[in-house]
Amino acid sequence: MSRKVITGTRVIRTGMVNFVRNTWLSIAAMAVMIITLTIVLFSIITNATFTNTVAQITNKIDVSVYLKDTTTEAQGSDLANKLRSLPNAKSVIYLSKDKALERYREQNQGNTALLAGLSATDNPIPATIQIKPRDLNKIQDLRDYLNTTVNRQLWDDVTYRDDRKAAIDKIAHATDLMRRAGVITVAVFAFISVLIIFNTIQMAIFNRRDEITIMRLLGASTWYIRGPFVVETIMYGIISALISVLLIHSLFVASNSALQASSLGLLDINYASRYFNSHLWQLLGMQLALGILIGAVSSYIATKRYLKFKSK
Amino acid sequence: MILLDRVTKTYGKVATSALDRISLHVEPKEFVIVVGQSGAGKTTLLRLLTREEKPTSGKIIVGGIDYDKLRERDIPLLRRKIGVVFQDFKLLPNRTVFENVAFALEIVGASSHEIKATVPKVLDIVNLRGKEKRLPQELSGGERQRVAIARAIVRQPKILIADEPTGNLDPKHAWDVIKVLEKINHYGTTVLLTTHNQEIVNKLKRRVITIEHGQVASDRDRAGYKV
Repeated sequence: MSRKVITGTRVIRTGMVNFVRNTWLSIAAMAVMIITLTIVLFSIITNATFTNTVAQITNKIDVSVYLKDTTTEAQGSDLANKLRSLPNAKSVIYLSKDKALERYREQNQGNTALLAGLSATDNPIPATIQIKPRDLNKIQDLRDYLNTTVNRQLWDDVTYRDDRKAAIDKIAHATDLMRRAGVITVAVFAFISVLIIFNTIQMAIFNRRDEITIMRLLGASTWYIRGPFVVETIMYGIISALISVLLIHSLFVASNSALQASSLGLLDINYASRYFNSHLWQLLGMQLALGILIGAVSSYIATKRYLKFKSK
Repeated sequence: MILLDRVTKTYGKVATSALDRISLHVEPKEFVIVVGQSGAGKTTLLRLLTREEKPTSGKIIVGGIDYDKLRERDIPLLRRKIGVVFQDFKLLPNRTVFENVAFALEIVGASSHEIKATVPKVLDIVNLRGKEKRLPQELSGGERQRVAIARAIVRQPKILIADEPTGNLDPKHAWDVIKVLEKINHYGTTVLLTTHNQEIVNKLKRRVITIEHGQVASDRDRAGYKV
């Protein structure tokens, strides 16, 4: 084994031993880090869930164009084709009078009284074009196109089923708010955990000052002295990341089984739980990376600051 | 081996000189005793040699290393070439004799195999064989100082600096320590010893450098010393 490997192993071992010896100090530093990482994780999952909810609702929204009976099938499908070429049209379906009737029957199965009044010969259902928009905020494009004089002659009525737009706006607004609040909270807690780790290291350095002095006089390299402190805080990061993932996991287990809730306010718990399970490794990896980063950076700075390496 | 050229060290804004244009030269394998009253500048001199402090002016060259050209991050490498023994031992209280000596090897990346082979030999030199598993508080002052010497020489430095190693010891134990230092010098290590124990100086009959008010007051071979 080369000297560097031996030294590296010793640094890591010393860091781990110190971590165990400073249990109480470690717990204090980790508690804040766990809170920080849990908030990060929760924000990410909430964000993904809200995005999903918005997408789902958007998908249900469509524009139905009810064509006049005087409009021929050729004219109808021509209009449908033209609509298809619009950038904001995600999908366009043309239903002839017969197809529209068929679908109406399907949709109202069991309602015999309503269906009794309908017959194929005297079909009251108009041919219909259904458009799903790509972007709800640009639905005006479709409106404008349908209102051009040429097209206006072809249809009787248009319903914009965008009554859900209000709900979507609400969720989008909430998501936006959550994102901002999340970023600020995470920043605040990350800052607090850095401060606490700073303090922890300062105390650890104070406790070990004699040992550090001796190490220096015996010619220990800077990294031999600093390394164990950095290793120690990286361990905070790793353990905090694991605990934060475990906390979120138990939150979902509890809300799924005990409360049997499917949503918390606007939050779709089922989806959130599924998202968490399917992205478990990525999320865990990200939490570990973040925990290690917070730990390593703060101890790097703290040791630089509190272990004065320069001679007078 | 050690060369100081008009070295001055002042502290604070008032500029009281701890050392005032000191020049001296120590040959390899020499045994040099530095004497002087408390506050004369002995400890400052040693702290300059271990580069715990920088001189205000003047040149220091130890073992071929010019301190002016020494980069901050190479200081550990310098300290590995110099063994240092302190009046207050500076042992790690929660480590055994063996571990304290091994510590000096651990920090330079020696393998455990090397450590197991080297430490007992060094403990032999300082006559501490059989006390490997004792903790420092279970030892007498003289024994503790010999542990510190073992730690200082385990990496076979060319120079051993001993700052009042007998300062806290009774005469019998003091002599045990001095004998060990003589033995190490006999093996070829340059020894720089500070003391104000008159009896030791007179019996040793070695080169004596007297420092007064931060200056070399006398520098004589095979000298004695009077307080």
